[in-house]
Amino acid sequence: MTDLAIAANGLHKSYGDKTVLDGVDLTVPEGTIFSLLGPNGAGKTTAVKILSTLISPDPASGQIHVGGHDLAADPQAVRAAIGVTGQFSAVDGLITGEENMLLMADLHHLSKSEGRRVAAELLERFDLTEAAKKPASTYSGGMKRRLDIAMTLVGDPRIIFLDEPTTGLDPRSRHTMWQIIRELVTGGVTVFLTTQYLEEADELADRIAVLNNGKIAAEGTADELKRIVPGGHIRLRFTDPTAYENAASALREASRDDESLALQIPSDGSQRELRSLLDWLDSAGVEADELTVHTPDLDDVFFALTGPAHIPNQTNQPNQPKENAR
Amino acid sequence: MSSLSLAVRDSSTMLRRNLLHARRYPSLTLNLLLTPVMLLLLFVYIFGGAMSGGEGRSAYIAYIVPGILLMTIGSTTIGTAVSVSTDMSEGIIARFRTMAIHRGSVLIGHVIGSVLQCIASVVLVGAVGVAIGFRSTDATALEWLAAFGLLVLFALALTWIAVGMGLVSPNAEAASNNAMPLILLPLISSAFVPLDSMPGWFQPIAEYQPFTPAIETLRGLLLGSEIGNNGWIAIGWSVGLAVLGYSWSASKFNSDPK
Repeated sequence: MTDLAIAANGLHKSYGDKTVLDGVDLTVPEGTIFSLLGPNGAGKTTAVKILSTLISPDPASGQIHVGGHDLAADPQAVRAAIGVTGQFSAVDGLITGEENMLLMADLHHLSKSEGRRVAAELLERFDLTEAAKKPASTYSGGMKRRLDIAMTLVGDPRIIFLDEPTTGLDPRSRHTMWQIIRELVTGGVTVFLTTQYLEEADELADRIAVLNNGKIAAEGTADELKRIVPGGHIRLRFTDPTAYENAASALREASRDDESLALQIPSDGSQRELRSLLDWLDSAGVEADELTVHTPDLDDVFFALTGPAHIPNQTNQPNQPKENAR
Repeated sequence: MSSLSLAVRDSSTMLRRNLLHARRYPSLTLNLLLTPVMLLLLFVYIFGGAMSGGEGRSAYIAYIVPGILLMTIGSTTIGTAVSVSTDMSEGIIARFRTMAIHRGSVLIGHVIGSVLQCIASVVLVGAVGVAIGFRSTDATALEWLAAFGLLVLFALALTWIAVGMGLVSPNAEAASNNAMPLILLPLISSAFVPLDSMPGWFQPIAEYQPFTPAIETLRGLLLGSEIGNNGWIAIGWSVGLAVLGYSWSASKFNSDPK
């Protein structure tokens, strides 16, 4: 239990009638990347704000420990252990990038020479040396985000909160940011990442929790989550309604999509299964106009868990005839 | 690090940040100086003949400069309200709140920075006053010192109020509007005309609002006029406003951000 960077029990937060977090449990082992995944308004930012001492949780919440310190009893100790890069750029736009870095160094009580060294090092590492003497307000989105993270790293925090670090970034900046995040963890830092991009969580996180309507809808590794929703299937699409009807009556186990004249056959997408399916299609005389293999990904998990009506088998059996639906 | 030395160190870091802002973007501060300087010149050279009641220009300059100096403080602190409000809407404040620094240092940096700006502004406007002929009549060193102390105390009081106004304002425009009384109040004080020239029902309002006692005290110190109990009232107002502004600001700043 001592190697947990974050341990929160029953996180509650509501504003008036609106419940934002409704009993969220979070445990993050040291040195891992944890991703809180959820749609807009799911409560991700609120969770980060609470864990980073920015706002206080409702009294109904259980114990919260961050970096081994009790959040309620000793917030300053928590603050000394963490670094936060929020959703909205936390740089001082009126002063230069370098001045921003030196400001952080002063607030971490580094000596003048040490502060200059750390600032120069981080500016270099994040490719900001050239822009160091320009006001931060003139930076591009990607540069601001890099400066933001560089500022967060000045105090050498053990736990870093990144609230949607790549939202609004172009693909190249996003990949740079991913690289930065991976490098952080190799140094033993714990990263608590929120994102609305499944790809990002899949790419980076050791563990993922899906947050929806203030509750954890599912939690596990990316692979574990993908297993929750049986989204793997082979899709056959037809252009000719007669061919479609023939195929549908031949392939009893397929689920029908009458509108787009498509059949879905559950499959794990392996070569073996694909071959046997093709053989079988040949022998049955079925010829589809288009065949696609759909492997389960986090999108399936995400939409299944965060959709308005949560129906587990929805992906597999759309438009089931009534008699088969028993 | 002890909590006091932490407070001093972090506050001076924040002060450096605010002074850097002021140095990098002096236009806001300088724009705010225009109002008192314009009013000084307007009242002396345009309305001066009517306002002075025939006592001559130099007597009227002597009469209005103390009021103009205090108005300068009011005007400068409008800038404080605006910069606090702007600052609070920036993500950097959220960052400060999640750092292991002295919590009040953000506001303390603003307050000390604002008081220093007030002093600089008073010196600049005072220099304009001297340039057009203002002279103190035989004020002793002690009286100069007292005058300086009064200006600093008054600046501190208005600054804390302005910080509170900045904290409750959602944006810079609102902060600027909310802080308007800080520059309007001097207009209904004894800054430009003696109280006994005002309508009777209005005199008590003008007499006991914060600016008039401070103006009368400054006049007494610099020009040797009667101070009476105005000194104590001015100190009372200043301390009261400072404490009020401080507690208001502290409670606003310590509550959860939206």
